[in-house]
Amino acid sequence: MHRTTSVIGLVVAALGGWGAALAAKPPSGDLVVFEAASLKEAFAALAVRFEKDHPGAHVVTNTAGSQELRAQIEHGAIADVFASADQRHMSALATEGLVVGPALFACNEPVVVVRSGLAGSLKTFADLPRAERIVVGAPEVPIGAYTLQIFQKAGARYGADFTTRLQAKVVSRELNVRQVLAKVVLGEADAGIVYRSDALAAKGKGKETIAVVPIPPDLNVTAAYPIAALKAAPRPELARAFVDLVRSPAGATVLREAGFVPCPAP
Amino acid sequence: MSAAPPTGRRAPWRRTVLAIAWPGAVGLLSALLLLLVALPLAGLLFSASPRQLLAGLGDPLVVPALRLTIFTTTVSLLVILICGTPLGWVIARRTSGGSGAGRAGKVWRVLETVVELPVVLPPAVAGVALLLAFGRRGLLGPGLAAAGIGLPFTCAAVVVAQTFVAAPFYLQAAVAAFRRLDPDLILVARTLGASRPRVLFTVAIPVSWPSLAGGAAMSWARALGEFGATLMFAGNMSGRTQTLPLAIYTALESDLRTAQSLSILLVAVAFALLVAIRAGARR
Repeated sequence: MHRTTSVIGLVVAALGGWGAALAAKPPSGDLVVFEAASLKEAFAALAVRFEKDHPGAHVVTNTAGSQELRAQIEHGAIADVFASADQRHMSALATEGLVVGPALFACNEPVVVVRSGLAGSLKTFADLPRAERIVVGAPEVPIGAYTLQIFQKAGARYGADFTTRLQAKVVSRELNVRQVLAKVVLGEADAGIVYRSDALAAKGKGKETIAVVPIPPDLNVTAAYPIAALKAAPRPELARAFVDLVRSPAGATVLREAGFVPCPAP
Repeated sequence: MSAAPPTGRRAPWRRTVLAIAWPGAVGLLSALLLLLVALPLAGLLFSASPRQLLAGLGDPLVVPALRLTIFTTTVSLLVILICGTPLGWVIARRTSGGSGAGRAGKVWRVLETVVELPVVLPPAVAGVALLLAFGRRGLLGPGLAAAGIGLPFTCAAVVVAQTFVAAPFYLQAAVAAFRRLDPDLILVARTLGASRPRVLFTVAIPVSWPSLAGGAAMSWARALGEFGATLMFAGNMSGRTQTLPLAIYTALESDLRTAQSLSILLVAVAFALLVAIRAGARR
């Protein structure tokens, strides 16, 4: 009985110690970057470069939808850098005084992705109603809002009937852009609308499972990506250095390779 | 490790300490868990005014999601009951008593484990697994396509996802309940001339009814909360595949109040149905 008690005591003590270790701050070299889902691959490449330039520094990323990251920051999450896929969320944090000096660093444009078997019959945006199942983003998330705008512009150009036919083929409104992409890559959906960077990321995985169909520029919209250091950043110097790297010509090259485009002059 | 002395020989002060410490420890530990479960529910309920919550229920997502959820979970539960009861019966009969010892008993025990596995599968994995079985490029995909059936993105896919994740809960309860049946009871019924179906319907099911109802309630609750597999396998389309949990997640992207109202609605519906099933089981 006494042995049992002491074993339980040991376990409790061990758990307590482990919990305390987990609760402690991350090592001093860690730079915490909150990044929008579409930035995952590009920022992974930039993080490698950053760690090489700053010996001892270690980049820890938290990848999620911009709105989720914003909510986490508003509820007190500790981070150094925030990169958003949507200016709305960055502006909100700036108004609340949680970030310093947000700046645009890249732009992204929506494209149509088509599952491989259909690449022959679905070659231009005007062919899109031929798809049997189209998957788009929910209107509540940025890619879904952009898709709605594109469909509306297309209606103005090809006739309102075009939009109606498109909407009739929509079988799902996904909650983030990677879920739209996944449905097309898996072949469940015939076509979807995602960012060019996401399409490239999927193609970069080796398998030619999808084809990319550009959207005519006059129908398309541009998603602008702002980045900022957090006001409460535990490592402000590293945070600023990371933001500088992302906005540098070297950063622009990495982002361009990942499918991002320079932002059009305002 | 010495054996504990009989209570009567313990020093009186030790008994007094125990008399105070034991109820205290039990109370404290119980209270901790109760608070952990009850506080978030209270937060959900009380952090918005009733008017805000009612306004949230006016969101166009709400009515189609509620209707779809009630419809799909009812169908899923029926499927689980109709197919799960015979399966539970077979597994219980083949794995207990004399028939459980042989090779066949082992096979049935393995099958039992297999059908209970979805309980531990992460929801997203369940969704991918369903796609790899019933999707266009899945195992049955070409066959289903030839028959003109496309499951993903349909209401039927929601039912399949819910049945997949929820069935184990009922099955577990059914197998356990049927195993607990007195073998003599079945033997007597059979010698008195009852047919096999009659034994199941007039002896086994009535005797096991409370456990079966409890299992059904757990299955139903799991189907109601099903999220990840549905999102992967059935997609998110208001009125067609968007159940309450998906509507809550969608609403979270734009309006916390709507999500909160929907969550309270979900909790209320679940609570009402669990109470109803438990009450039915007691009768």
